[in-house]
Amino acid sequence: MKAITITGPGGEEIIEPGFAELVQQKSGKGLQQCYHCLKCSAGCPISFAMDWTPNQIIRMVQLELKERILSSSTIWLCASCEACATRCPNEVDLPTIMDTLKEMAVRDGIRSEQTTIQTFHRVFLDCLREYGRMHEMSLLVALKMFSLNLFEDMGLGMKMFGKGKINLLPSRIENIQELNTIFRTFGETN
Amino acid sequence: MKLSYFPGCSLDGTAKEYGSSTKATCKQLGLEMIEVPDWNCCGASSGHSTNYRLSHALAARNLILAERQGLDLVVACAACFSRFKKTAITLKENSELNEKMGEIMGTPYEGKLKIIHLLDLICNTVGLESIRKKVTNPLKDLKLVPYYGCVIVRPHEITQFDDEEQPQAMDNLIEAIGAESLPWSGKIECCGASLSLTRVDIVKKLTREIVDMAKEAKAQAIVTACPLCQANLDMRYGEDGLPVFYFTELLGLALGIDGKIWLDRHMTDPFPLLTSLNLAKGE
Repeated sequence: MKAITITGPGGEEIIEPGFAELVQQKSGKGLQQCYHCLKCSAGCPISFAMDWTPNQIIRMVQLELKERILSSSTIWLCASCEACATRCPNEVDLPTIMDTLKEMAVRDGIRSEQTTIQTFHRVFLDCLREYGRMHEMSLLVALKMFSLNLFEDMGLGMKMFGKGKINLLPSRIENIQELNTIFRTFGETN
Repeated sequence: MKLSYFPGCSLDGTAKEYGSSTKATCKQLGLEMIEVPDWNCCGASSGHSTNYRLSHALAARNLILAERQGLDLVVACAACFSRFKKTAITLKENSELNEKMGEIMGTPYEGKLKIIHLLDLICNTVGLESIRKKVTNPLKDLKLVPYYGCVIVRPHEITQFDDEEQPQAMDNLIEAIGAESLPWSGKIECCGASLSLTRVDIVKKLTREIVDMAKEAKAQAIVTACPLCQANLDMRYGEDGLPVFYFTELLGLALGIDGKIWLDRHMTDPFPLLTSLNLAKGE
């Protein structure tokens, strides 16, 4: 169905019919059960930094404001701490819904203000595809290069290196072919 | 007792002290930990945040490898533990995904694997009675707060471990090794996890709140069971923070193991505290 543009009190809103159902289908978690008691938002440790509180994201999914949600910071800032999922009286699994929304944003190539977080996830999985395990040095170098934030944490990084917490060389798993097959089979977001 | 063991990437990197103290402590307790052969990264936040199927496939490879060992699987990292528990459920519900994994690996996940976190193993399988008997160096006068963080305990339907709002396992373990476990309000707060590398400002605020709560409770140190919790609390508070231990390090000290190689890796130096109480060996 075609998107509908309406003029609301906050300006123009684009409604994407079928979006709520799609999120429901992909996350499998009953987001229409939410009656906005705000327990998730009250207990969320990151809500102070979000542009929309967790329950507002659910409301926006219910209203099918796809563009607004997928470009929000909130979906990327969710730390998957599971406090909301644990406490929700209606068993809405918000962390899984947040993951679904992030995956949709990746698939549609939608950027948010949280470019460093989006870059982090990409370079993390690149590193994993290459070695089969995490190698902090490769991850940090790639992250710094892409985010152009070269000097933040430089001192801390050096201290960690001195403490032997960051390995210079990566270790690759033996059966990297099997991992390549896994990436080939499941690597594309859908 | 023989177990299948999944350390996770951090235990060979930023959390080396967790890895080495786990090995030494388990050996002392008579546990034979056999590493899952050729394990891979569980996918962590980046996996489940951006690709549902890939994240479960990455975890599934480890579950299938572990299942072939025919032993219960013990996971040291809280995040890996949480991912494995979720994937085990997903593979049962999503037969198409499991069949695909079976085609790739030769056999699918049969769903027989018992997956437990290392803290659960120590507190409930080994048991605190048995630990008490083996303590040779009780950590007397050490005032600690147990910090569980997020995904070891919640949501309970996934973790099947302890109480999700008021867990007690680590509290009891602290008492069993002769130290004092103080009541406090921060035990299940979130440290910000992987935002540590991307939104330092958020993690600094969260860790400050947690460490300040520990200080208010008059704790001398914080005890963790997760590589990210330890790293964030140890590194992101700044000056005048508290030492942040892995529970395996303190258990090891209480069992009389020389812990210098673990304790040397901490960012907030734990030696002044331990030597003041005459608890550090090997300095």
